[in-house]
Formats: sequence, structure tokens, C-alpha cells
Amino acid sequence: MEQGQHVHPAGAIAHRRHAPPLYGVMAEFESPGDLVAAARKVYSLGYRRINGYSPYPIEELSEAIGFTHTRLPLIVFIGGLLGGLAGFFMQYWMEVIDYPLNVGGKPLNSWPAFIPITFEMTVLAAAFSAVLGMLVLNRLPQPYHPVFNVPNFAMATRDRFFLAVEANDPKFNHEEVVNLLKSLDALEVNDVEI
Amino acid sequence: MQKEEPHKPYTEGPMHTTAPVIDPGLTFASVTDKISSIVLKRKTSLAWFFGFAISFALFQLMLLTITNLVFVGIGLWGVNVPVAWGVDILNFVWWIGIGHAGTLISAILLLLRQRWRTSINRFAEAMTLFAVAQAGMYPIFHLGRPWLMYWLFPYPNTMGIWPQFRSPLMWDVFAVSTYATVSAMFWFVGLIPDFATLRDRARSKPFQILYGMLAMGWRGSARHWHRYEMAYLLLAGLATPLVLSVHTIVSFDFAVGIIPGWHATIFPPYFVAGAIYAGFAMVLLLTIPLRRFYGLEGFITMRHMHNMAKVMLATGLIVGYGYIMEAFFGWYSGNRYERFMIWNRMHGPYSLYYWALILCNIVAPQFLWSKKVRSNLVALWIISFIVSIGMWLERFVIVVTSLHRDYLPSSWGMYDPTVWDWSMFIGTIGFFFTLLFLFIRFLPMISIFEMRTILPEAEVED
Repeated sequence: MEQGQHVHPAGAIAHRRHAPPLYGVMAEFESPGDLVAAARKVYSLGYRRINGYSPYPIEELSEAIGFTHTRLPLIVFIGGLLGGLAGFFMQYWMEVIDYPLNVGGKPLNSWPAFIPITFEMTVLAAAFSAVLGMLVLNRLPQPYHPVFNVPNFAMATRDRFFLAVEANDPKFNHEEVVNLLKSLDALEVNDVEI
Repeated sequence: MQKEEPHKPYTEGPMHTTAPVIDPGLTFASVTDKISSIVLKRKTSLAWFFGFAISFALFQLMLLTITNLVFVGIGLWGVNVPVAWGVDILNFVWWIGIGHAGTLISAILLLLRQRWRTSINRFAEAMTLFAVAQAGMYPIFHLGRPWLMYWLFPYPNTMGIWPQFRSPLMWDVFAVSTYATVSAMFWFVGLIPDFATLRDRARSKPFQILYGMLAMGWRGSARHWHRYEMAYLLLAGLATPLVLSVHTIVSFDFAVGIIPGWHATIFPPYFVAGAIYAGFAMVLLLTIPLRRFYGLEGFITMRHMHNMAKVMLATGLIVGYGYIMEAFFGWYSGNRYERFMIWNRMHGPYSLYYWALILCNIVAPQFLWSKKVRSNLVALWIISFIVSIGMWLERFVIVVTSLHRDYLPSSWGMYDPTVWDWSMFIGTIGFFFTLLFLFIRFLPMISIFEMRTILPEAEVED
């Protein structure tokens, strides 16, 4: 945010001298197509701290705002791997080292019999990694967020589509961004206050 | 955008043009309002209270049975040597099998990109969760001293011992508890965006706060959706082998034993197919009246009914193959105990159960070959009901007829379920429906955000 203010002292700051601090500017769209087209345009103009909001997942939208990579699969893979190793060696340690017991003459390390629980532990740990990883990467739960201040934002869970350009974007200039969004078929353009 | 023809129905190919997955007239707004209004605005109908009251009364029967059981001991049930696994364990298998259709619909059909699953997956997942809850109770109370059930888990204890991991019963503990946990997480993750929808639609403060807390601040950000979709896909990928493993392990409870009639290599695939068969029967049994009652014909279309009937027919044929192979193995083994087991099933004291099972599970679903029958909801409902009974009989035949006459004739015996076996079973049905009634009243029974994705207006033109 600091950077933006220095680059455009006459823009963001002068224009909103007495207003509360700004999270960004939010445009409202009627259809997913309008939103994706607007997001592509804004991205192509060099804005990077932008985000779309939609009632359902739109693959094209995350591509349009340049968000195509997530570490989640890696987290799930590591979680599953650790779960599986923990599952197997838990059984190994209990049945071979800590409490060796001859059952029907089977070898102490009867590893085929340990596979079902190893598998279940792999799945359990991977599933927990997927859910918790998704929530942590998304910074959820997060009861308050500035975008909820936008008057019509409750419609983002019904049939309206939103595009936010955040004030900490290096290129952010309040007037320019408002004019740009207004030119993109937006139904309404609002300031998002923190 | 498709402004010219906004009412174009979603189609997957020429063969589906007859019945669309979703009513063509629906929009983002109408889908959202219609499904969320069932939870938020619709006045609770008298029929709901009536159904809930009956279920809740039956649920009390379960609590009464459990109380009595804990005081008296499991002799209250008809189980005794040689049939130590009676109706309680067969009900465990029956309930957990029913749950499997939910996971199949939500996970496997997602991976197979079967978009028709969208309108039934939430409901089927709820059914899974509630069925697994019923299933879990049986083995716990069958322990005899259920208050010591934590002994099943490997925890450091003063006795200095660990569980015996070479036993399928231990595998079962891990499989069922993992299945219950993963199903619950999958279900909850699927609900998060819909909680946000309800939070934004709710009029009363308590519900705004309740749904708001459950939504955890979901705001539909594109970055969130991207990770969310990835998490959902990965969970589906994990749940798919999990569901197959669970019923495989349940079948190991039997197949690893040496009892004739249990010790068969065909058990894992045959149990998994049977589980899906019973599960789809239950989904049909529940959705046919539900879609009618809540006017959801636009969401759960005839296409769903046809597809579910076809899955039921296919898995029914696999199960039928299983029965034939069981009989064939018995004969071909040349082993006198195996041969006697099959003969005893067909001609012994429980032969009536065996032939009823063949009638219910092999003969009844054959009517589903006819498109006319698949289109007739009353017929479909009746067939589903018969299949549910048939799958119960199947487990009865496997558990009881195998145990009551095994190797040593001097140890043969008969098994009769007592009134408490039945009260427990009816009680769990009551508990299942109690949970289901609460679910359809307080949570969106159709996934709202996923329904939006299959609308024609959801498509973004490049």
C-alpha cells in the first residue's frame, strides 16, 4: 500500500483525503462472462493484486487473475506419505519391538497383515491434509473481511459476480481503477473500506 | 454469452437429449432461492413433524434397547455359540453397505465426470454419514462391555500391551473410523459454500450467526475456489479407494476366518458390489418420495432415476454372479464341508431365507431392463424396497447359515433373533430417519453451488 501511495500521490490519496483507509475497488457484474472478460482486461493492463468473487467455481476466472498454481497437492502427498509411514511403523514397533507375540507361528513382522491399516492411515492423513491445508492456505476461518462491506456483496453467493482491484497493487490509482472498471460493463463500482 | 438462447438445457451427448440433468428453465437465482428456501423460508410442514415424531419415537426404542443391553448383557440378543454373530453384526454390514452408495455418487462419479451426480450427492453423502453412524454402534455394543471400546485403539496403557494387528477385526476398526471421518470431512467441505449462501439469505439473526460460523467467512474468492476445487478433487480421489477398501475389509472379517461359507476369495468384490447395490436402492427409496414432497423434480430429474436404476441393475447382476460363484466354488472345491454348506443353505432350516434372497436380489431387479419399469416411480420404489430386504437377507444367510452348522455336528445349533434384536434394528432405522429429517430441515439437501455450475448460463465463452 505504501508503494502505491508514493507512486501516485495525487491519485489515491488526494482523491480520498478524508475517507477511511481503502482495501480496494470492487466492480459488480451480471454474468460470469462479463467478469472473466473484465478480469482478463485488468490483468492485461498490469494489475496483479486482483481477485474475483463468484457464486460457484469458474476455472477461467482463476486463470484470468493469474492464479493457476496451488501447493495443496504437495501438502496432501506429504501428509499421505507421513500417515502411511506412521501407520506401518506404529504396527511394526508394537508387534515386533515393544510387544512381540507369536500368533499362529506367523513372523513377528507379518507385513502383509499390516497393509490394510497402513492404507487406512495413509488415506486418513491425506484427507486431513487436504481439508486443513485448503482452510489454512485460504486463511479460513476468517469471520471479517473488508469485501463484506460492499453493499451488494451478499449477492456473490447468489447470482452476482465481483472483481476487486486491491489498493496494495503497485499500479493502484483510485481514479484510474474506478474509471477502468466502469468502462468494463460493470453494473456498479464501489470502494471497499477496511 | 448465450444471451440468444439462455434456456438451452445442459446435455452431454445425443443419447441424453430425452431427459436433461436439470430443468432447462432454471437460473442462478432460481436455483439458489428454491433450494435455500426449503431450509430458510418454507414453513415446516405438518408432514415433516409427523415423520420426525415417528422417527424420534423409534429412536427412543433404540435407546431403550441399548440401556437394557448394557444392564443385562448381549445375551439379551439371540446370539450364542455357535451363532455368536447374529442380527447385530449383519445389521452392521447392512448399514455400512448402504452408506457406500453415497461415497460412490459423491466421489467416484465426480472423478468420472458424471455431472448428473450433482443434484443427489449432498443427500447421498448425508445418507452415508447417518448409515455409518448406525453401523458403528453394532460392533461396539456387540463387544459386551462397550464402555471398554477404547481398548480397540492402540493407546499406551498400564497393562503394557498392544492390539493384535494381524486380526481383520482390528483392520475393521481403522477402516470404519477412517471412513466415518473422511465422509464427514468430505460432506462438511462440500457444505462450506452453501453455508455462505444460507448466511447471506437467512433473515433471522440466530441463523445468520449459525450459518455464518459454519461458513467460516467463505466469500467465493477465485483463489479460494481454486484451492477448494483442488481439495475437493483430491478428497474424491482419496475417498474412491477408501470406499472400496472399507467393504473389502468388512468382507475380510468373514473371509479371513476358516468357516465354510466365509472363507472365499470372491468376498471382497462381491461385498463391494452388494454394498453399492443396497446403497442405490436406499437412495432411490428416499429420493423418490422426497423429490415429490419438496417439488424437486426440476433438480432430480427422470434422468437420475434411470441412471440409478441402471447402476442398481448392473451391481445386482454382479451380486447375482457372486451367488452363482459361491455355489460353484462349494461344489467344485470337492470339500465336503463346503458342499454341505451350500446344500444346507438351499435345503437346510434357513432355506427359506436363501430362496427369498435369490428372489429379492436376482429376480426382482431384472424388471429394470425395461425402460417402462425404470420410468415408473412406484415400480422403481417397490423394487428398491425389495432389494433392501434382499440385501438384509443376504447378510443373514452369510452370517447365520455359515455359523450354525460348521465342522462338528455336535456343535451345531439354531439361531433365533429375539425381540431385542428387532427393537435395536427398528431403533436404528428410527435414528437414521431422525437424523435425515433434521438434515433436510436445516441443511440444503442439494448442493447449491454445484447446481449453479451445471446451469447453461454458467458457461464462459472464450
